[in-house]
Amino acid sequence: MSFISLLWVLLLGSLLGLELIGKVPPTLHTPLMSGANAISGITMLAALTLIVKAEGNVPLLIIGSISLGFALFNVVGGFFVTDRMLAMFSRKPSNKK
Amino acid sequence: MNLPVIIKFVIDLLAVLLLALGIKGLSKVKSARDANRLAAFAMSLSVVGLLSYYLGTSGIAIQSWIWIIVGSIIGSLFGAILAKKVPMTSMPETVALFNGCGGMSSLLVALGVAIFPISSGQENFDFFKSLINEVSISVSIFVGAITFTGSIVAMAKLQGWLSTPGWTQSKVRHFVNIVFAVASLIAFFDLINGNTSSIWLLVIISSLLGIGVTLPIGGADMPVVISLLNSYSGIAAAAAGFVVDSQLLIVAGAMVGAAGLILTQVMCKGMNRSLVSVLFGGSLSAQSTASSGSGEYTNITSCSVEECALTLEAANKVIIVPGYGLAVAQAQHTLREVTKKLEQNGIEVVYAIHPVAGRMPGHMNVLLAEADVPYEQLKEMDVVNPDFPATDVVLVLGANDVVNPQAKNDSSSPLYGMPVLDVQEARTVFVIKRGMSAGYSGIKNDLFDLPNTSMVFGDAKKVLNDLIGELKDLGVGEK
Repeated sequence: MSFISLLWVLLLGSLLGLELIGKVPPTLHTPLMSGANAISGITMLAALTLIVKAEGNVPLLIIGSISLGFALFNVVGGFFVTDRMLAMFSRKPSNKK
Repeated sequence: MNLPVIIKFVIDLLAVLLLALGIKGLSKVKSARDANRLAAFAMSLSVVGLLSYYLGTSGIAIQSWIWIIVGSIIGSLFGAILAKKVPMTSMPETVALFNGCGGMSSLLVALGVAIFPISSGQENFDFFKSLINEVSISVSIFVGAITFTGSIVAMAKLQGWLSTPGWTQSKVRHFVNIVFAVASLIAFFDLINGNTSSIWLLVIISSLLGIGVTLPIGGADMPVVISLLNSYSGIAAAAAGFVVDSQLLIVAGAMVGAAGLILTQVMCKGMNRSLVSVLFGGSLSAQSTASSGSGEYTNITSCSVEECALTLEAANKVIIVPGYGLAVAQAQHTLREVTKKLEQNGIEVVYAIHPVAGRMPGHMNVLLAEADVPYEQLKEMDVVNPDFPATDVVLVLGANDVVNPQAKNDSSSPLYGMPVLDVQEARTVFVIKRGMSAGYSGIKNDLFDLPNTSMVFGDAKKVLNDLIGELKDLGVGEK
């Protein structure tokens, strides 16, 4: 990919992000923040790339692996914790009351 | 284009679409939970896409597999355990911690690529050759380091491990931060110039900058900072996307960055603060004590728990206003017991949730949901405000500034214009509070002086426990 087209990707991605959440009920601010935070762990793909491309360079493999660990900590923890919060909301209406 | 490239392209496209739908869905109560799972699925899909691409092209060495598995198992395991174990009251600091680790990951990727330029494969993976790569590496390190140290400081402050040092409230901190900022800029350009060794300087100085910027911010501004840092971690991911040439990373990072910014803006609005004053104003209490709104209370009525219980028993409609103090005292379960008793006596109970109640917007909803409060009883400010005149008793639990009538009546007050709950319209208001200390803003609360307001002094949890005892003695909720 040329740099210019990557810049386009950046621009369009930002615009998409600005448009996606227009009206959010305050109830959902914390879960939304937490969910978006989990998505920012997408940098795990960069860590994976680093490991695959390391070609036996051990220090690089270690850095990549640590980086992958941090990213997955972010992703897995983030999604689980968001789910826990949201489970509390959705449980109520379906329950007898 | 060969097959692996096409497959990866399709999977990436699908992942972006699902991530966008996920973020969108997270902003509606009904769809939020499914949306979160959708986003998680999209993330796993993106990993499959990337791995299948490398399997189909260059192949993945056994050694790489080992490091991939080790890293992912350890990271996922700790993440999952923490997410399951952490109490709901410490949600903000947990989000801060996760967020900081995301920033750390971007930082490490950029660092790794910078120190060990990967031998060029088919994709021309030779970094430091073009200016663009150097810029993206520097940005990734800079933003990643700020995100990491800033989030860790935010977490430590929310946990109470760190307090706000005095000097950070003076003008000195602006000077210190400007020095850090200038130094990191110098390191930045030095690095782009090809001086690889200044990379460590950049790492250290941007880390210090992250600490220096976050440390002076305190109290209720913390959620805004976490939201902003969340936006930064998106930017760091996007920068890492430029480093490894991944469109998916750039799109997802940019989306999170932009969405985080909007959310930050929304939070600021709810608190009647501007982002600039949150970041550079220091804590509000430091500047506003001398300004208007201060002054002595002249007409404080204090009352016992017993009186409070008697009034509650005679009420038809009760509105609870929970706030930061309730979260700190972790009294949401005790509160639920009290309201259960009232409900059993046929008293209508509603919870009025101010947009910034608790330690984060929406945090109070999560806390009350944890205590089994039915979702329908949580009413947002605009919905509940017209109900106050027809309400017999309002219980204010650890909330202060959000029930200050000054925000409506006194145009000279620093709070003026902030949306508040009109609790003073109710017949009787009980304020459960430890003492007469001011709220986060440091401003006198006119509500406490009103004739229909009574103060019940004490720790929220203890008062509520006593209240349960008194209600029991009165026979409330026994039938």
